[in-house]
This record gives sequence, C-alpha cells and structure tokens, in this order.
Amino acid sequence: MKLAVIGAGAVGRSVVELAGEHGHEVVAVADSSTAVVADGADGRGGDAVGVDPDAVVARKAERGIVGDDDPEDALAADYDVLVEATPTTLGDAEPGFSHVTTALERDRHAVLANKGPVAERFGDLRAAVDDSDGDIRFEATVGGAIPAVSTVEDIEPGHVTAVRGVLNGTANFILTRMAAEGLDYDHVLAEAQDLGVAEADPSFDVDGTDAALKCVILANVLSFGAVDDPADAREFTLDDADVSGIRDVPGSALRLAAEDGQTVRLIGEATGETVRVAPRLVPENGTLAVSGTQNIVQIETSHAGRLNISGRGAGGPETASAVLGDVGRLE
Amino acid sequence: MSDRRDGAPEAAIDAENAVDSAADAESADPASPDGGHAAATPSTHTVRLELVDEPGQLLAALHPIADNGGNLLSIYHERGNKTPRGRIPVEVDFEATPERFEEIVDALRSEGVNVMQAGTERYAEEVTLLLFGHLIDTDLSDTLSRIEACESASVADVSLAAPQGTEEVSSARLRLEARAGETDAALAAVRELADEKELRVVEPLTGVDA
Repeated sequence: MKLAVIGAGAVGRSVVELAGEHGHEVVAVADSSTAVVADGADGRGGDAVGVDPDAVVARKAERGIVGDDDPEDALAADYDVLVEATPTTLGDAEPGFSHVTTALERDRHAVLANKGPVAERFGDLRAAVDDSDGDIRFEATVGGAIPAVSTVEDIEPGHVTAVRGVLNGTANFILTRMAAEGLDYDHVLAEAQDLGVAEADPSFDVDGTDAALKCVILANVLSFGAVDDPADAREFTLDDADVSGIRDVPGSALRLAAEDGQTVRLIGEATGETVRVAPRLVPENGTLAVSGTQNIVQIETSHAGRLNISGRGAGGPETASAVLGDVGRLE
Repeated sequence: MSDRRDGAPEAAIDAENAVDSAADAESADPASPDGGHAAATPSTHTVRLELVDEPGQLLAALHPIADNGGNLLSIYHERGNKTPRGRIPVEVDFEATPERFEEIVDALRSEGVNVMQAGTERYAEEVTLLLFGHLIDTDLSDTLSRIEACESASVADVSLAAPQGTEEVSSARLRLEARAGETDAALAAVRELADEKELRVVEPLTGVDA
C-alpha cells in the first residue's frame, strides 16, 4: 500500500520508519507546515516511488521540517491510505477530521492515530465512509499497541457488554509510584516529567481526558457495531463521559488502600450506554492493577467470558505497529 | 477499626444450635396452627434484627413473626452490644414454612424493623471505598451518620489517615455493609453526599473480580 503520513510526531515518524518492514511504501509525509511528496522536492526520480524515510526523519530532527513541499501537496498525493497522526484536537477535531474526509472523498482509506475525529465526530465520519469506497480504521487511538478495537470487532460489538481498563500510562505510572514509594502526587509528577513519562502540562493525562477519549471511541464502536442502521446508534462524544482524574488523590488514600490489600487505578469503562473514567479501588495483585506505564484492556463478553490484553499503551513504534496493522487489514 | 458488628461465623453457629432446638420444639409442639395449609414443612430460621433501644420495641418486632404463622423458638437480645447505628441487635429463631418466612420478613420490614440478616441470606454485601478531601472540616461523624441513615447501607468499619493534620486533606477507608442487591444504591448515596461536601470518592469496581 502507498501511504501518505500526515503528522510527523513520534507516531508519524515511526510509521515512516517502519512502513517498509510491513511491505508498504510512504509516498508523502506532512507536518503542520511542510511536506515531502515522492518524486517531488525529495529529488528522487527514476524508479523510486517512495520518499526516503531516513532523510525525512533526519530533516525533521535537524531542521524541524519534513521537506520543501506544501502540506496540501501531501493530501493530494497519490496514496492508497492516509495515515492521520496529527495531535488530538477536541470539538470539531480539525484539522484531523478534514484530512480523513479528504481521503474518503477521493475514495481512499484512512487510518487514524488521532483520537479527535473518532471521539468527537464518529457519526460524521461514519456518514463520510458510507459515501466513499474507502474505509477508516483507528486501532492506534485506543491503548497503543494493544489490539482493543480489532478484538472487539472480532468478537462482534453486539456480544461485548463492556470494555474497561487502564488506558493512560502517565496516570498509571504516577499512581504506581505513589503507592510504591509513599510519595505525594506533586513529587511523583515531577519525577515523571524528568523521565519524559509526563508532559510539561500533564492535564490531558492526569485529568482523565485522554482515557475518556479512548473510552468514548470504544463506546462508539460498541454502539455503532451493535446496530444494523447507523441511524439507530447512539453517538458518544467527550461530553457524554463522566470523568474524574487523579490530580488530587492524596498519598494517604493509597496507603489506606494498601492496608486493605487494594490499590487505586484510573479505570475507564465503556458500554454501549455509558462512559466513565475515575480512580477506582482494585485488588493490589489483581489483573487490572498493571504497573508503571503499562495499559490493560479488559473485554467483557456475552459468551466468551472475559478477555484481558495488557501491553504498551503509548510510544512511537508501539502505536505505529497498530497503525500498520490497520493498513494491513485494509489490503 | 473494630466496631464491626458480629459477623457470619457466630450467626452460623447460632443457626446450628437453633436447628437442634427446632427438633426439640417440633416434638413438643407438633401441631403448629397453620402448618397443615402449607405444602412445605416448616424449618427453622434465624433472623437478625436491629431495634431502637426503647420500651416496647422488642414486642413490636415479635408480633409480625407470630401473626404470620412463625413459631417462636428463641430470642437472643444482645443488650450489651450496639450495631454501628447505635441500635440493639436481636437474634430471633423461629419455625416457618418457606412461604411464611418470606411473608414474615416482609411484614417485619413493613413494620419498619431493620432485618440485617435472615436465614442463610446475609442482608449484607460488603463494599470498601475511599473518601478523601477535607473530611474533618466537613464533619466526618456527620458524614458517617448520614451514610448510616441511608436505608441501603451501614458503616461497618472506618480507617482515617490525616498525615498533615486535621485542617489539610485527609483520607478515609470505609467498609460498608449493604443489603443484598443494594450496593449500587449505597454507592450512589455516598456519591451524592460526597458531592455535597466536596469530597472525592474512590469507588471499588463492583461486580468485577479483577
């Protein structure tokens, strides 16, 4: 497959680097202000169809650009699958939403690593897919490397009663360290920032927004997947989620939990009817009490019992693996 | 930490004793007044009640048993003990058919008597949760009594941690005993109270053996 990768952050760059290993070719890459399109400014002619991944990554690292073309050129390039890996935006989910619909209007596929469009405008996206020969996939938006969406699809959403789990590595790292070291939130947050586990502004992670978006996406998968006519499905957005974060959880609460053989994890839960993210008490040595930046997705099914999948919920190569897995499913 | 009321083991032993005395009672009084109407044979039941410490309360609680065809066998009035709500626990053994037993429990409830435990069914699902925030400034004992006042639950155990003194944020671990099937209602009541007092609740994942 020929890929156009929009977004050159950790995930976009990893997709560019790993596409070849998966048998795909990157024909265009764009960041927010520059682009490179194969046979264009890259200067590679002749039989070479794809852009040179190493050159793209090097230019981005050294000069902060991916090439000398305009991002519009990348959107107009001759690709089979558009990979949307720009930062998640809320509300109208732009510009990610338009990138995806541009691909669909051209009857091309789109694979999203950007949570915004699938969390905030799922219904609009489904409508755009219905009018197109292209399709969308978005495994990378939930739980990084963990195959959450495709597992739900394999079981069939109508036979999944709930999906819950630990879906934010930053919050989980903080809670794990607080419990293990008896430290307070602010102390552990500073440590996480030093380690690069938490961002300078950690709100998105510690306030539960990121986990909530993932649960909203799962709720949409369950809701739309369980009906024949999309018009009958309930569409979820972040506004439908009941969210509370971990920012004010005191160390003393974790100590009291530990005395009782329990611990606290930021747990997200999605059904076809509700979305909830909150710190919850779980058994200290239980399945859901994963450590550090690990994530876990627990799928409750009607006939197949409970499935647990844990793994790395973030990271460039991990998330890129989910993206490229989606690309493979579209072949 | 230990104002937990008497737990299941003791009740189970009492129930066993009651079975013995039931056998005696049966031979002593074979013609129970309504026994002939019911298809099932009467068996011994133990109910644990919670009574307000006022004159006449015990008699008022026994009426619904006798009036609905229960054959009273023994009454254990634990005057020295108090339930977490400050009431007197009373254990009553009686004989009744399964149908009558249901009616008796319903009658007790409709008379406003709190049935904590009936037969082998414990009217208690245990649930542990954390509360944190300005617990002390917002009157912890009021918080606990108001949880107690909620029909669905009673507070079995409280642990408090206030490492930074009473004026800073503190945490509490609460173990609640809720009536069978009413854990969600109990949690909802706690949530509402916490909202009002600007406290935060860390709820357990109920129904999930994680």
